[in-house]
Amino acid sequence: MSQRLSQWIAFSLLFLATLVVVLPVVVILAIIVAKGASAISWDFLFSMPRDGMSAGGILPAILGTLYLVLGAVLFAVPLGVAAAVYLVEYSGSNRFSRLVKLAIVNLAGVPSVVYGLFGLGIFVIFFRFGASILSGALTLGIMILPVIITSAREALESVPRHFRTVSLSLGASRWQTIRHSVLPHALPGIMTGMILGLGRAAGETAPILFTVAAFYLPRLPQSIFDQTMALPYHLYVISTQVPGVPENVRYGTALVLLALVLLLNLAAIILRSRFRARKKW
Amino acid sequence: MSSTRLRKLKEWWIEKAILLSGIFSVVFVALIFIFLLREGLSLFRGESVFDFLLGKSWYPISDPPRFGILPLILGSLLVTLGAAAIAVPIGLAAALFIAEIAPGRLKEGLKAGIELLAAIPSVVIGFIGMITLGPWIKNLFNIPTGLTALTGSVTLAFMAMPTIVSIAEDAITAVPRQYREAAIAMGATKWQTTWRIVARAARPGMVAAVMLGIGRVIGETMAVMMVTGNAAIIPHSILQPVRTLTATIAAEMGESVQGGAHYAALFAIGIVLFIITFLINGVADLYLHRSRR
Repeated sequence: MSQRLSQWIAFSLLFLATLVVVLPVVVILAIIVAKGASAISWDFLFSMPRDGMSAGGILPAILGTLYLVLGAVLFAVPLGVAAAVYLVEYSGSNRFSRLVKLAIVNLAGVPSVVYGLFGLGIFVIFFRFGASILSGALTLGIMILPVIITSAREALESVPRHFRTVSLSLGASRWQTIRHSVLPHALPGIMTGMILGLGRAAGETAPILFTVAAFYLPRLPQSIFDQTMALPYHLYVISTQVPGVPENVRYGTALVLLALVLLLNLAAIILRSRFRARKKW
Repeated sequence: MSSTRLRKLKEWWIEKAILLSGIFSVVFVALIFIFLLREGLSLFRGESVFDFLLGKSWYPISDPPRFGILPLILGSLLVTLGAAAIAVPIGLAAALFIAEIAPGRLKEGLKAGIELLAAIPSVVIGFIGMITLGPWIKNLFNIPTGLTALTGSVTLAFMAMPTIVSIAEDAITAVPRQYREAAIAMGATKWQTTWRIVARAARPGMVAAVMLGIGRVIGETMAVMMVTGNAAIIPHSILQPVRTLTATIAAEMGESVQGGAHYAALFAIGIVLFIITFLINGVADLYLHRSRR
């Protein structure tokens, strides 16, 4: 077999493998849009579920997910960005920073259902928050911490060294340098991490199973100590636990969840590529 | 003068807060382990660790209850091995294509596509797997239910692929240019260079990619719970329903009584999962550092 032929065969096989990885995105989107689009209406998005969730809308699930996701980001972004500032600007590469990095890798690898157990043990039971938006948001917040820290670190590291040198040589303190010469340039990267974190928190089910999610609660939460429905758990419930939910309601719920998560991720991808392209230094 | 002192005081507090935030990641990992132990260890007052890990029957609500998680471990193992068998070759091949062969624009498009695949919520993947893949496998093999270990493996393979592709792609891209230039200069074809030089040099990073992909599969919960049929029995074939460690926690926690043996047993399964993923991620991290050197 000639070398050119074997190269052609090998490249074709690699290309096929790549198609196998990427095509499911298209197929899943196509199926869900085709079967779920007919369910989407004003009434579906903005009214309460009725008749044991087989009719009506999914408003409490949508709002519940928004509350949870905002709470998670509110908790994780300040903490995550500060941790990234510590790792990039303060610690250098000492033993302790190596430990922190290892901890972040492990936080990223802990199974989502174990986060659920942890949230149940610490927030619901130990701190007595009960099954509530607060418990769920904190659990999700810790879960997305690695995403936020990793993006913020990348953003901070991409700011050139001499920005800091110049600022320090003009007599600015270390914090003033970070605050005025480093953080503003890292902001788009930090935003990217925040949006990725939003998307991740919006789609996760296992961490909220025992910490907040209500099976069926056709009213809106009044405080952060209330339980709430949430989109991913609602999709799980109506597709496996409740018989007789019409097909288009299931697909419609999947469509709303998928659209929310994919739009957030698309926004993050676009923001990041623009950020990388626009850097002039 | 006093305004300078005030500023210095403020900065001192800010810097302490930043240091504290750095410490928090370590604290959270420790807290997760501590709270799993706190709720789970009470199981071992009435049950030996040996019976728990190697017991062949999981009947948590019979009288007396049996808390042997061997069927669950084997269920997780079977689904994971199946998923790895599918995802590893395909994922590594795709990583080679994206890193070495795809031209600029196509490369960016493919990377975005893979990132989107990684972003699809597991409950949506489980939903699609349950509705499309399940019936298909049922008809193909002519078996009573399509919700089997195989269905779980195929579904989870697609969840492992984005992890494997993106980490392996980073490792391949990080191989120094000179390696490729030297190979081409010696008369090797592009494919010979890719396969014999670049892929070999990127091997530690590829190993890490595979391990992290497997870590994701073992920890996956919702999709696997929806497509594997949830039968806590020791599997004899990949065409049988199985129950994984993660699905057991998710499915049964709602029915268990807080503080009871069943509740503690579910937390003990959490300890097992935590240790497994801790080891996998630790080793993968070692390989990643080796590949960066």
